[in-house]
Amino acid sequence: MPMHDRDTGGNGAYGSIPRKEDARFVRGQGTFVDDITLPGMLHGAILRSPVAHARILSVDASAALAHPRVEAVLTGADLAERGLAWMPTLSADVQAVLATDKVRFQGQEIAFVVAQDRYAARDALELIAVDYEMLPPVIDARKALDPDAPVVRDDLVRDDVVRDDVPARARNHIFDWSAGDKAAADAVFAAAAVTVSCDMVYPRSHPAPLETCGIVADHNAVTGQLTLWSTSQAPHAHRTLYAMVTGLPEHKIRIVSPDLGGGFGNKVPLYPGYLCAVAASMVTGRPVKWVEDRSENLMSTTFARDYHMHGEIAATADGRILALRARVLADHGAFNATAQPAKFPAGFFHIFTGSYDLEAAFCEVTGVYTNKAPGGVSYSCSFRITEAVYLVERLTDMLARELGIDPAELRMRNLLRPEQFPYTCPTGWQYDSGDYPRALKLALDIAGYDDLRREQAERRARGEYMGIGISFFTEGVGAGPRSHMDILGLGMAAGADLRVHPTRKTVLAISVQPQGQGHETTFAQIVAHELGLTPDDVEVVHGDTDRTPFGLGTYGSRSTPVSGAAAVMAARKVRDRARLVAAAMLELSADDLEWLDGKWRVRGDPDQAAGIAEIAMAAHSSLELPEGVEGHLDASAVYNPPNLTFPFGAYICVTDVDPATGEVKVRRFIAVDDCGVRINPMIVEGQVHRGLADGIGMALMQAIAFDEAGNCLGGSFMDYLLPTAMECPSPELGTTVTPSPHHPIGAKGVGESATVGSPAAVVNSVVDALAPLGVVHADMPLTPANVWLAIQGRPVRADLAVS
Amino acid sequence: MRVTVTVNGTGYTREVEPRLLLIHFLRDELGLTGSHWGCDTSNCGACVVWLDETPVKSCTVLAPMADGRHVRTVEGLSRGAVLDPVQQGFAACHGLQCGFCTPGMMLTARWLLDRNPDPSEAEVREAISGQICRCTGYENIVRSVLWAARHESAGGYEAPDRGDGADARP
Repeated sequence: MPMHDRDTGGNGAYGSIPRKEDARFVRGQGTFVDDITLPGMLHGAILRSPVAHARILSVDASAALAHPRVEAVLTGADLAERGLAWMPTLSADVQAVLATDKVRFQGQEIAFVVAQDRYAARDALELIAVDYEMLPPVIDARKALDPDAPVVRDDLVRDDVVRDDVPARARNHIFDWSAGDKAAADAVFAAAAVTVSCDMVYPRSHPAPLETCGIVADHNAVTGQLTLWSTSQAPHAHRTLYAMVTGLPEHKIRIVSPDLGGGFGNKVPLYPGYLCAVAASMVTGRPVKWVEDRSENLMSTTFARDYHMHGEIAATADGRILALRARVLADHGAFNATAQPAKFPAGFFHIFTGSYDLEAAFCEVTGVYTNKAPGGVSYSCSFRITEAVYLVERLTDMLARELGIDPAELRMRNLLRPEQFPYTCPTGWQYDSGDYPRALKLALDIAGYDDLRREQAERRARGEYMGIGISFFTEGVGAGPRSHMDILGLGMAAGADLRVHPTRKTVLAISVQPQGQGHETTFAQIVAHELGLTPDDVEVVHGDTDRTPFGLGTYGSRSTPVSGAAAVMAARKVRDRARLVAAAMLELSADDLEWLDGKWRVRGDPDQAAGIAEIAMAAHSSLELPEGVEGHLDASAVYNPPNLTFPFGAYICVTDVDPATGEVKVRRFIAVDDCGVRINPMIVEGQVHRGLADGIGMALMQAIAFDEAGNCLGGSFMDYLLPTAMECPSPELGTTVTPSPHHPIGAKGVGESATVGSPAAVVNSVVDALAPLGVVHADMPLTPANVWLAIQGRPVRADLAVS
Repeated sequence: MRVTVTVNGTGYTREVEPRLLLIHFLRDELGLTGSHWGCDTSNCGACVVWLDETPVKSCTVLAPMADGRHVRTVEGLSRGAVLDPVQQGFAACHGLQCGFCTPGMMLTARWLLDRNPDPSEAEVREAISGQICRCTGYENIVRSVLWAARHESAGGYEAPDRGDGADARP
């Protein structure tokens, strides 16, 4: 048990208790955005571009306006009159709300119809006539910077836009960015006995939460109040953005993000549909609901990954890993709308030094525009750590094969040792704590690794293809220290407000917004643990900007590291005030009291004590309090984390591959996760379960590919395949606990660990299975067709249509 | 056109467009928002309800097709205040996270257990294989259904007060 438990005098509120939120969900009483109906509410629908790149010559909405059930139609020209045709992205670019000049990806928003019911709104879309002048699209990111490539963002070349980077952007070039010491890495590589390199694509995927994005916008022209029920993982950040975009005063904007049906990063950005609904409510004077359909979600909202990577690893002949280099081409789509701390255009990709003790590392990333939907940082990726882990863990496996060393053994030799923490990696991250060999050893033990290798040898002798894939990952989560992590200038701290009522019942208001992570339970456990209460005593309020303090929301596994810490700090402030009240109650000096077993107790006479229940009543009573001690029992805190937390884990995936069909079956998945102190282990395990399914999905099934014309080939769940209960095995989980030294309760984030760590284990396993056939690498998704082609020695570009 | 549908034992008559989907009839006309819409293409199963005795994806059933028939939704799963063992199992086994797929999953589970009171893990997985959950990786859904099967077959199971399966985690 970590020291933190004793420090806090906790009462055992941590543990695998059932979730509070389930009482409503199992009864079908959750409240999702599409469940909201307001009096007089209208319904919006969006006309989208059928093509990837075209100039808009005209938009004629007159027939739609004549539809008897249509109340209004908004076009790009209408929004331009209000200054709303373009909006800022989360990456200092602009994005069209409704297209005025060109359409730049298939599915881009062109017009917004408002009708009396959702069917009529859809009908009227068919009545809008758009004339297009077709333009050649940029589809292959590797051709985006060709001299003769079509220009995606000619809108940036305007007289009123004066930016140094415009000429480059007008050639589809968004940024160059690098990290690490190039000269040092080059020197190590030049002298290294062994180097291995590989080109690999981390294909475009989509988070695809089961609930799509939507909003109900209600603007009151008299009071100036704008109320938005919205699918938002970051309600406070959204409110600030709406204020900046619309010019409405921020305190007149209220965002209610009710229950969210999943998010995974998909519900971080502001989408054009949201702003259209806001504008439509202003135009019509009535509430307007807009909920996108599945195709709209997959084709237009933020995608993930799309990294074209060239990686190199250098080592000694006896298998000591020395250095890593990576060169990345990042496809950001038509607008640079990645959602990550502003100073990191490639997110946290430069954590790609992984879990090993390196001498040097260097990476460089180039971002480009293409005629595809915007996005890139999404889908539980911890700001691109997913891509980094995949790169380094694939390279590690390839190195093991090159050297003839078992991949588990190679990793064990090179993992950072516990005594090296805190460890500063060659690209500058300071890992807070870890015992990596212990985690890998536990995973190998659970797997029965040696027996698996023996079984594999026997099967190979029989002509059967069984694979064993290992992945070891280091994550960095909990953005972040506000001094160098912000989004649109908003520092990534988190607020918490805590109020203990006279009867000890307590309300905690948090800035983060769950999408299934169980905050109502775990945050209640955190506060209960700190104050000697039970989780049932604590109600957690979230998702309503009028009732919660400011903070940037839930993504990047930051809720527990940042907001959880804010809740702890608020609770400790309450506890400090409670001590003063208790001293007055007991007519003692506060110095005579110590917090022990959930109460303030008299030193040397622990039976004389006051718990929060009595103290709360006394704090609201007529009890005379010492001068300077406020009555009541409440506190606020803003937590600015000193560093990220660095969870880690060791994953092992066992697969069986049919070389005749290319079909991959995941037989076993072993996952050892260390996320520091676990508040609710049941919920932690649930998070890991989800991420392992993501790993199977991304490695084997999920990809958003495009054909040469820019048609999205993943625009429905018939095309974009997600894993079902048939593809996902029962995971075998293991736990180690290495507390974070800087987090107030020693916790680290865990929501994305398995999504980050697991794809490499699956691919390593499949490639291991196919090793006797000479397969060295194959890009995700390893569908039967792609596996079969890899076996034939004809691997395909997974990001483009097979032509 | 006029349709009359019995939903969770209560008859409802509404004038609707012939093209109205059953999921929208339930959600928008009757205000029963426990059933969710997720994909349009019958792939995700967030909209699963019973039509008479069979689970259907109500995003691909027209409301007039339910005329004169019985529909059961998540709102009709509990018996008054007593939760169905399937509902208790999902709460006890952390069988849900965001809760969006849960109603459809539970209705399929109820159907399975009515026909097969003692299913194997493989049978549970097959039963829910036409439905997608993005949160759980399915493991705890399978455990939830097996939990419900165990507690039903044991008989005499009493629901906890809040019906959230407190202290009943297997």
